[in-house]
Amino acid sequence: MSPSPPPLLLIEGLVKHFRGLRAVDGVSFRVEAGEIVALIGPNGAGKTTVFNMIAGVFEPDGGRVELEGRSLIGLRPDQVCRAGVGRTFQLVKPFGNLSVEENVVVGALRWTHEITKARAQAREVLDLLGLADKRRQPARSLTLPDRKCLEVARALATKPKLLLLDEVMAGLRPAETDRMVETFRRLNRETGLTIVLIEHVMRAVMALSQRVVVINSGQPVCEGTPEEVVRDPRVLDCYLGEEPL
Amino acid sequence: MSRQAILLGLLLAAFVVAPAFAGPYLLSVMVVVMYFAYVGQAWNIMMGFAGQLSLGHTIYVGLGAYTAAALFVHFGIPAIFGLFAAAAVAVAAGSIIGALGFRFGVKGVYFALLTIAFAEFTRILFEHFTALGGTGGLFLPVGSRDSFDLIHLRGHPLMFYYLILAMCVGIFLLCRKLLNSRLGYTWLAVREDQDAAAALGINVFRAKLTAVMLSAGLTALGGVFFAFYYNNLFPNQAFGMNRSIEIILAPIVGGLGTLFGPILGALILTPLGEGITAATEAMGFKAAGIKQLCYGLSLLAIVKFLPEGVWPWLRLRLGLGDGEEGE
Ligand SMILES: Nc1ncnc2c1ncn2[C@@H]1O[C@H](COP(=O)(O)OP(=O)(O)O)[C@@H](O)[C@H]1O
Ligand SMILES: [Mg+2]
Repeated sequence: MSPSPPPLLLIEGLVKHFRGLRAVDGVSFRVEAGEIVALIGPNGAGKTTVFNMIAGVFEPDGGRVELEGRSLIGLRPDQVCRAGVGRTFQLVKPFGNLSVEENVVVGALRWTHEITKARAQAREVLDLLGLADKRRQPARSLTLPDRKCLEVARALATKPKLLLLDEVMAGLRPAETDRMVETFRRLNRETGLTIVLIEHVMRAVMALSQRVVVINSGQPVCEGTPEEVVRDPRVLDCYLGEEPL
Repeated sequence: MSRQAILLGLLLAAFVVAPAFAGPYLLSVMVVVMYFAYVGQAWNIMMGFAGQLSLGHTIYVGLGAYTAAALFVHFGIPAIFGLFAAAAVAVAAGSIIGALGFRFGVKGVYFALLTIAFAEFTRILFEHFTALGGTGGLFLPVGSRDSFDLIHLRGHPLMFYYLILAMCVGIFLLCRKLLNSRLGYTWLAVREDQDAAAALGINVFRAKLTAVMLSAGLTALGGVFFAFYYNNLFPNQAFGMNRSIEIILAPIVGGLGTLFGPILGALILTPLGEGITAATEAMGFKAAGIKQLCYGLSLLAIVKFLPEGVWPWLRLRLGLGDGEEGE
């Protein structure tokens, strides 16, 4: 049919109910390889639920999720990871009793069986994210922003094609946000890493994403460049009563 | 060489030369210490590494013990072959329990209850299993105590002493290797957070099942030792709930998930129990359960004052650093 290659990520007509609540209701978007796309919307819009359906945590009640043309539906979270999708958790889930470095080593062991290789990769990633000097600390001793950083480090260590970031910059100081944005940009430029990020920090969304998808109450609102989206009255509408963009 | 390695070397040397100085009673106590260090280490793989609480772990001791003993008593098959069958039976039982529990998402306390249920069920089964002696027990013919027949596991108490010592060294080295392997990291990740582990590509079901199978097989080898050392087996002893508790005390007291914990715990608890038994007997009264009471009290003290176990605390005190033993 279509001669063009399938996009890296294809989401079409995604639906998820939780006991009568339509948490996600007909969300569609596509992400080409090498893109950075933001998924925004007010609290409870269904953003995390979309991620959970991509990552194999929830099976959708309807719709398609495809990675490079291959359906991810029915795969377990570990299989989705091995297919090349790394994700962070909005509510961070560090391996509390392991050191920061060991946390990241677990991620690196996705692609190697050798501990020395995994450790080298872990140090590289920790350097990149500015956690290197804390690598021997137990993860439970980290502050919340550092834990978010650790989520990113672990996911990155799995060497994903697609990275799903769920509010990793919440709680960071502006300077820290800028540094993390710079890190993602560099990764995107140098390794071609594709990123979908859920983010409330508009400073980061504007600086990082090439395209923004807006959803509200589980339903698509609009899609466009960051500049288009922040001027769209429908977007301003759905944020009414929320913190301003 | 690290100071931990030196400490371990000294301890090993003490156990190696002890028979030259110690009398038969002391040696028999040391055998018990090493037995509990061994099975504690095996249990620790499941709980300490993979975070899966097995409260019916004696099922694997019992199955291993009965399998090797029955093969020997009924078919004359030497222990050295019987142990493979023993491990295989225990691994099979572990796979069934694990697959049932993990497939249906039975977690935490409920999984622990499942393990107890299986152990109790097996105890009742063996009590009615007349071919294996039923409640009357299964007895192994005692051979010459002067030989050192490792093939049949018949012979001198010293043979058993060095055998269990070798088993302790073996399982220690194995666990150390495991902790520094991909599988070990996988287990630790699953223990800490299953969702995060899965998100990093770990097949949680398989990781837990591997831990149960390995732990069960190694525990069964302890059971084979138990059978041939004591020469008699009774279902209520081999599969009893109190046995399961005894197995888990040493690693908990010593330090869950550590390599030294099970050893240290056994070194503390067994002499404590023996001392109390001896003291009460010397005072001329037989108080059933006093040993268990003291175990309970020491466990309370540990949970209250050293919730991570004695070893992590001692390691700091001795200035051994807070790194894992493997480093
Ligand atoms: N596991 C769940 N069970 C029931 N309801 C859920 C579950 N996860 C999310 N929800 C509900 O779905 C809606 C969307 O949640 P979520 O995707 O977390 O929103 P967002 O990430 O956009 O803030 C919310 O109303 C939330 O309460
Ligand atoms: Mg969310």
